Amino acid sequence: MNAEVNQALHQAAPLLELQQVTKIYGKGDAEMHALAGIDLSIYPGEFVAVMGPSGSGKSTCMNILGCLDTPTSGTYLFQGVDVGALNRNQRALLRRHYLGFVFQGFNLLNRTSALENVELPLIYRGSPTQQRRTMAREALRKVGLSDRANHTPGELSGGQQQRVAIARAIVTGPSLLLADEPTGNLDSARSIEIMDLLTAFNRDQGITVVMVTHEPEMAAYARRIVHFKDGLIEADHVSENALTC
Amino acid sequence: MLGNALLLAFRELRRNVMRSILTMLGIIIGVASVITLVTLGNGATRQVTQQIASLGSNLMMISVGKRTGPGQMSGAEAFKIADAEALLHEIPELAAVAPVASSATTAIFANENWSTNVTGSTDAFFPVSNQQIAQGRLFTASEARVGAALCIIGQTVATKLFALQNPLGNRIRLQKISCEVIGVLLSKGQSTMGSDQDDLIVIPLRTFQRRIAGNQDVNLIKVSVKDGVDADLVKRDIERIMRTRRHLASNEENNFNVLDMKEITAMLTTTTRTMTGLLSAVGAVSLLVGGIGIMNIMLVSVTERTREIGIRLAIGALEREVLLQFLVEAVVLSSFGGLIGIALALTTAIALSGIMQVPFVFEGGIVAIAFLFSASVGIIFGYFPARKAARLDPIEALRHE
Ligand SMILES: Nc1ncnc2c1ncn2[C@@H]1O[C@H](COP(=O)(O)OP(=O)(O)OP(=O)(O)O)[C@@H](O)[C@H]1O
Ligand SMILES: [Mg+2]
Repeated sequence: MNAEVNQALHQAAPLLELQQVTKIYGKGDAEMHALAGIDLSIYPGEFVAVMGPSGSGKSTCMNILGCLDTPTSGTYLFQGVDVGALNRNQRALLRRHYLGFVFQGFNLLNRTSALENVELPLIYRGSPTQQRRTMAREALRKVGLSDRANHTPGELSGGQQQRVAIARAIVTGPSLLLADEPTGNLDSARSIEIMDLLTAFNRDQGITVVMVTHEPEMAAYARRIVHFKDGLIEADHVSENALTC
Repeated sequence: MLGNALLLAFRELRRNVMRSILTMLGIIIGVASVITLVTLGNGATRQVTQQIASLGSNLMMISVGKRTGPGQMSGAEAFKIADAEALLHEIPELAAVAPVASSATTAIFANENWSTNVTGSTDAFFPVSNQQIAQGRLFTASEARVGAALCIIGQTVATKLFALQNPLGNRIRLQKISCEVIGVLLSKGQSTMGSDQDDLIVIPLRTFQRRIAGNQDVNLIKVSVKDGVDADLVKRDIERIMRTRRHLASNEENNFNVLDMKEITAMLTTTTRTMTGLLSAVGAVSLLVGGIGIMNIMLVSVTERTREIGIRLAIGALEREVLLQFLVEAVVLSSFGGLIGIALALTTAIALSGIMQVPFVFEGGIVAIAFLFSASVGIIFGYFPARKAARLDPIEALRHE
């Protein structure tokens, strides 16, 4: 059945497409090919896990997908738009309207309440105060933190902080959620909570999720797993978990 | 967008109250010192002008002697009453001319004695030197002409000799003569030069010359110039006439001196203005230092908040939004400091003008300038750190510890 679903998904236009993307750091002898020519298409509604050894270029690829960085060569199309042709401000607007980020280190604003953290992307979107409040509270409710709205990150556990970060990422209803090792700093019980949330947002709101992880158990939540090695995609297959259930 | 920036700026400053206050201190001190100094300076200028005006408006003084240096005179032949009369006749621009002779004398009434200055002059003396009668009357032109034994005394003399008694009608002794007090002058207080303007006795010039000095000399001629007349021209006329009357050859220097009070006013006013200007410049320097303080703190703040900036950029903040946020923070800091400085300056100026006995002159212009200046200090010194924040690379910024 999942194979059918995948088939159906792949008939739509890809949400994003990498064509022969390279990223080279340094010059001359010190040249470092973090990405050595990647082709990757991700379709709307997919849940993709990215795996691979340390230094294989996973984060580099995520930064390019997140429009935080631009490829050295090759083309990155986001919803058919060539991101390489956009300037810094246009890329910022693209992030503002279509992307959500979850980081390994949570990256919440210190000394700022959970609610204010979740409101932040809405402030940049120019949502009116009242609507902003309501949406932020709703997002916090979805991650099960309604009762922690006025706590600052310092007053929250790691798992709770990551849930606030997820609320902040999904509050705008993005097309794509990028998570670079979201469970890297959490124990397995907390990691499972996070994975459940990501799966739920992917399933219920159709948010496409691309997640980097080192842990096979977490990767198993995804329906598709992409393996990186030395800046190249070594394997790209449907998750065993997805096949069996 | 500006509203958001303001909101964010206030949140940020509230989080660092102590640091915000310390950062503002430079601006507070700068603004406060500039405004205080300018306000006190204006007060002093007004005081000087008022005091000189109280000496007599449009007053010129012609004194005997050659000017050999600032405030120094060499002796020369005294004037005569005829000189004063000639000036009045020949220069139509003069409103009044008062020949004056004076000497230090002890005045005695009953058991009291007081050494003071006895001035002999005509009835023109009072309008020319801006003296008004408080009690009694002035002497008439004819009383002055005949040399009657009458006198008009200043407030100080009145208190010293008569205490609480009414001086009018009493006779006081001045050397060999006894003269009747017919008037008391209105108090004028300290002069700019610090002398007591109420410590004087005025008697008719003829009486002074005959009974006290024993000669026909006039040491000083006070003239008042009509309103709206060019004082320089009048001064030149006076010099021309006096040179002829004193038979000075064209190669000889003046052996008299014409002093225009307007010139002195202008001179003293410029002096106080210069002082105020210099002191304010010192204040302005501290404003500048305050600005550098703000820049320093903003740079520290940008470094400290690198990760925050990274988060904002990743979430989709535009470069100009981050720039505006930090710029607004700097401007809020500096203009808030400016406001506190203004409040501090006005209280200090009111207190100090009370202590220094200068009038408190409020000048809205300097307050507005100081406020605008402090706000622009925020813009100028906040711009560089704000731009630094806005140009950060989001990936690097997010990785920052
Ligand atoms: N800014 C940079 N300058 C120079 N080299 C870089 C830079 N960023 C990454 N690299 C290099 O590019 C390679 C890929 O890095 P990347 O961060 O993508 O690895 P990763 O797969 O995310 O590893 P990890 O699992 O440890 O997070 C690494 O060898 C790294 O040293
Ligand atoms: Mg990585």
